[in-house]
Amino acid sequence: MAGPVASVREWFDERFPLDDLKALAQKKKVPVHRYSYWYFLGGMTLFLFGVQVLTGALLLLYYRPGADEAFESVQFIMTQVQFGWLIRSVHSWSANLLVFMAFAHLFSVLFLRSYRKPRELTWVSGILLLFLMLGFGFSGYLLPWNTLSYFATKVGTEIPAQIPIVGRPILLFLRGGEDITGSTLTRLYGFHVAILPALATLLIGVHLALIQWFGMSVPPGVEEQWQARPMEKKEIRFFPNFALRELMAWYVALGLLGALAALFPWGLGVKADPFASAPAGIKPEWYFLFMFQTLKLIPAKILGMDGEMLGILAFGVVGAVALLLPFLDREKPFKTRRWITGLTWVFLGYMAVMTVDGWVAK
Amino acid sequence: MSTNATAPQPRVANVGRRRFVNILLGTGLLASAASFLYPVLRYLVPPKLPDLGGDAVLAARLSEMKPNTAKTFRFGTRPGLLVETAAGEYRAMSATCTHLGCTVQYRPDLREIWCACHNGMYDLNGRNISGPPPRPLEAFEVQVRGDEIFVRRKQEA
Repeated sequence: MAGPVASVREWFDERFPLDDLKALAQKKKVPVHRYSYWYFLGGMTLFLFGVQVLTGALLLLYYRPGADEAFESVQFIMTQVQFGWLIRSVHSWSANLLVFMAFAHLFSVLFLRSYRKPRELTWVSGILLLFLMLGFGFSGYLLPWNTLSYFATKVGTEIPAQIPIVGRPILLFLRGGEDITGSTLTRLYGFHVAILPALATLLIGVHLALIQWFGMSVPPGVEEQWQARPMEKKEIRFFPNFALRELMAWYVALGLLGALAALFPWGLGVKADPFASAPAGIKPEWYFLFMFQTLKLIPAKILGMDGEMLGILAFGVVGAVALLLPFLDREKPFKTRRWITGLTWVFLGYMAVMTVDGWVAK
Repeated sequence: MSTNATAPQPRVANVGRRRFVNILLGTGLLASAASFLYPVLRYLVPPKLPDLGGDAVLAARLSEMKPNTAKTFRFGTRPGLLVETAAGEYRAMSATCTHLGCTVQYRPDLREIWCACHNGMYDLNGRNISGPPPRPLEAFEVQVRGDEIFVRRKQEA
């Protein structure tokens, strides 16, 4: 069959290692066991990121940064542009689901202990990606320039300012000055549409390359079982068997996003007024709520130290531990495993309680 | 499009059924993909900015104008040109050259309207008289009310 497709392929093959890549893709297998469903979460997060890139690029066609224009341009998108409300609502919904999926993916990897050697770097790149996603959430939240986003950014940028010595320079860097002004908006806009996407693209590339390189991790329990009874070992090919299943999940997710956006479109609120008081019951996005609530409940002084600062430092420590977790897990002293699982449950419980508490609190 | 390599080979009698299911799934997928794509395509078309309709625009004040001068003013989102002829008459027209969209200007020395981009010439009624412009400039209606000169789009019939 020497059709035009075949000859183009041949031409390409002589100049690009197409066959090597194909072999690499075909080599990949997905283990089948009772935890296999958790393998979908990473792909789902990736899909939602793709939705964010596409809808974000569409929003850029009409969005204008600037204190005098941002709110009006989002209003324009919501009311004048055909299906503008849909695109923006999908962007907002997908952002929230993306953060949720990223957390779910993280905890599934934690409980299935997929971060073990040799996948430490995959884990580290994943945690960095989660931080980036939270950065996307924070910077994107200000862009509509409404009251809620204005005060959320005010509080959010005030938090790192509590850190001794470097705090203030960080605040000035994030705000582009002393206060939240049009300069802050321009800055966070730049982070949101240029710097963070560049970093995320790079890290996602690394993350996926590592996953492809090492293959899917099999949970220790299942691995032992398979070693004892090799007959029970089951795998499917990634291409096309797993990929098609994943594609199906993505399609359902896309439908769900459309439904959510149509039934619960995202509001716009009131334009930010730097001289108005903060409205009552002001809260950050749910994924920042547990930290917000902690800082709200923490006593002003703990053992003579500033409570707020201790809280912030504690979250810093949690972040650092999360980042370096694979290096704390030792295969030999069996205790560390339980230790890590225990800590994970404690942290998950803490997050849940604080989020619910923050949600119902006045 | 048989993708599942592990599935047992269908018997000949099942091929028709499989094809039917494939067509059903394929058209369903295509239709839903179209429903996802359609809003995006519509979104790409920029909405029309609200038109001025019959509204009159304040182009200038009498005190600003002298015979044989002109002034550009905002007419909606585009520039308009208000000319006071040497005889003291007011003429108003679109200032967007019909050739390639540059903004035209009044030439007191020639008593004509000139486009600097490609040397297009219009007379004081906006008619294209020389150079590349293919059509006349759209002429507007001028009304003087007290000290103010208003310009509006010419009403049809």
